[in-house]
Amino acid sequence: MEEKIIIAGFGGQGVLSLGQFIAYAAIADGKEVTWLPSYGPEMRGGTSNCSVVVCDKQVASPIVAHPDCLIAMNKPSLYKFSDKVKAGGTIIVNSSLIPDKVERTDVKVVYIDAASLAMEAGNARTANIVVLGAYIGMSNLFPKETVKKMIEAKFANKPKVIPANLKAFELGYATAAK
Amino acid sequence: MKKLMKGNEAIAEAAVRGGCRAFFGYPITPQNEIPEYLSKRLPEVGGCFIQAESEVAAINMVYGAAGSGARAMTSSSSPGISLKQEGISYICGAELPCVIVNMVRGGPGLGGIQPAQSDYFQAVKGGGHGDYHMLVYGPNTVQEAVDIMYDAFDKADKYRMPVMILGDGMIGQIMEAVELPEMKDPAAFPKKEWATDGTGVGASRRIINSLYIEPDVLEKVNHRLFDRYKELEENELRYEEYLVEDAEIVIVAYGTVARISKSAVNALREKGIKAGLLRPITLYPFPAKAIAKVAAEANVKKFVAVELSMGQMIEDVKLAVNGAKPVEFYGRTGGNVMTPEDIVEFVEKEVK
Amino acid sequence: MATVFKKTKMLTDVPFHYCPGCTHGIAHRLVAECLEEIGCEGNVVGIAPVGCAVFAYNYFNVDIQEVAHGRAPAAATGVKRTHPDTIVFAYQGDGDLASIGTAEIVHAAARGENITVIFINNAIYGMTGGQMAPTTLIGQKSTTSQQGRTVPLNGNPIKVCEMLSTLDGPAYIARAALCDPANVAKAKKAIKRGFEMQMQKKGFSLIELLSTCPTNWGMTPVQATEYVKENMTKQFPLGVFKDIDKESK
Repeated sequence: MEEKIIIAGFGGQGVLSLGQFIAYAAIADGKEVTWLPSYGPEMRGGTSNCSVVVCDKQVASPIVAHPDCLIAMNKPSLYKFSDKVKAGGTIIVNSSLIPDKVERTDVKVVYIDAASLAMEAGNARTANIVVLGAYIGMSNLFPKETVKKMIEAKFANKPKVIPANLKAFELGYATAAK
Repeated sequence: MKKLMKGNEAIAEAAVRGGCRAFFGYPITPQNEIPEYLSKRLPEVGGCFIQAESEVAAINMVYGAAGSGARAMTSSSSPGISLKQEGISYICGAELPCVIVNMVRGGPGLGGIQPAQSDYFQAVKGGGHGDYHMLVYGPNTVQEAVDIMYDAFDKADKYRMPVMILGDGMIGQIMEAVELPEMKDPAAFPKKEWATDGTGVGASRRIINSLYIEPDVLEKVNHRLFDRYKELEENELRYEEYLVEDAEIVIVAYGTVARISKSAVNALREKGIKAGLLRPITLYPFPAKAIAKVAAEANVKKFVAVELSMGQMIEDVKLAVNGAKPVEFYGRTGGNVMTPEDIVEFVEKEVK
Repeated sequence: MATVFKKTKMLTDVPFHYCPGCTHGIAHRLVAECLEEIGCEGNVVGIAPVGCAVFAYNYFNVDIQEVAHGRAPAAATGVKRTHPDTIVFAYQGDGDLASIGTAEIVHAAARGENITVIFINNAIYGMTGGQMAPTTLIGQKSTTSQQGRTVPLNGNPIKVCEMLSTLDGPAYIARAALCDPANVAKAKKAIKRGFEMQMQKKGFSLIELLSTCPTNWGMTPVQATEYVKENMTKQFPLGVFKDIDKESK
């Protein structure tokens, strides 16, 4: 198997860390992975993106031209990358910030109101974890429990935020798995 | 236990585990995680970290520390490495071991901060003034970078020359799972009798120097250096061949570009095009004999050098192929990175 | 017969290559005598510059590194951080220290790097044949200021001691002149004080020695020492510019 993902949005939306969560989950699940961020001035408030490649053998190219999945956290990202998604691939759209509908008919689209679900989870900053949940729910790339354990481990030094993040993950997961 | 680590940080940790106890550097993107990491890590193991006033000062601090016996290193990116060339030439002339990491970014001039391989000439042909080379590696994964860094000081000490790790913005910024090796015991490192540790008096005095005012003496020194480069070729030459055996098209690429090329080779094979990849791991010494051998195979029709530059390594490929087969070039520059699909498209055109 | 003078064991037996009347030889002897007197034989690393003293590694009986032009303070930093208990000194000329190596000397001083720098100021590039130095006096002729140095064209001479003593890092900064026996004695005292500061780990020390270059100045040795006394000391006043022990008293 090989799954290529592009995650894009504003700097500060947790785009890079969302990609890292997928990478950590991949390692926890015994897969090989590369996480490659955009870097430089565009990180500061501008658009930010990362490419994640998950594979059952060593990843060759970490550069992703045509992702299996695009996670678009803001409008510019959707328009920058939506044409590049493989036919039959998936686009996850953060509908809290993107009112537009995806025009392509050859991809699966998941709209998720990440901001509202994050508020429901009790922490506005968990929007990226909501989307992580949606991605896992949709793709079934890793077992749900593996990802939840990884979330607990990554927030181990901030135990207070673990419940909200787990709830955010569950809410996102349920939305996409519907 | 494998750990997900950013390339720069993994290289920094591997340096410490490989015995590095002194780092001198200056901030420049995209390698800042190396000094940042070491500023915290080196004091933990009794090492020394200094943010120098300039790249020039940093490399000369490396000169002083290496000359006094420390396992010393510096890291930078292209414009900074240009500034260090004076010191690198002196270090090579004075036969001092050290490690230099270059996370290459686009140039010339201030260029950009995105990945490039346009410092190849500078790294393998000399860079500074005078007749010299360094042992130069072009790792393609974080794990390979870690393994090379871990043993780099041993190689530097053995041959009394700098080891350069030529990465690019990608290998520095990428996160991958790595297995970190055990900490080497500095007490077990061979004693450097030649180092100025301060104890020399009279006959036991040590002089670290690259000045030889008599032409005959300097000529002898240069021959000694080049004898050592021959030893490198015998002992340290490394490369990887992937699906080369029956290949009609052989891509030559190093570093992260070799990974992108590997994906392209797989895609080309699926399309029925017999592509292969020859990946130099040491860039100096260059695997010229291996390339020449491949070039002599009847099944091989063409070479394609793929680089993030206007074409630098291709010159070494051409020298190795020596006219036996055509050598084509595909490259992106300025910080743009090709995709596997770009390479596939290029090769498909070449096959037609 | 009583011995009245003995060459210090901290100098080798290699004859100096310096020109007649050049004060590098005196400076070398003073530095070496001080090293002997502070009892650090077998625990010293010297740093030789680029300039007339480029062969200093042949003369000082210590472990020594010959380094790139102007970079002595950086290399000395690398040595000192590797061997913090070893006496480390850099020996630099005016072109080396005050021109091409300005950044290195300023930052080594600012870091309070625990090294001692011997700064030979003879207001000229000697090794390369008498070109203008950063410390060449206004009106002084050199091969690249043949009508004499002028402010509009060449700017002003750099006063290294005054400049560095504004920093917090240095422990001891002094200027002396190698122009007559009394001043040579003062110079030796200053050098020794610098090394003592280093032994006590008090930080950076620099001793500037106003020196002669009869060859490139086009003077006899006697005229040259007179020039130091009459002209150079006016631009570069002698004295102690910083001594943290005296400040704290």
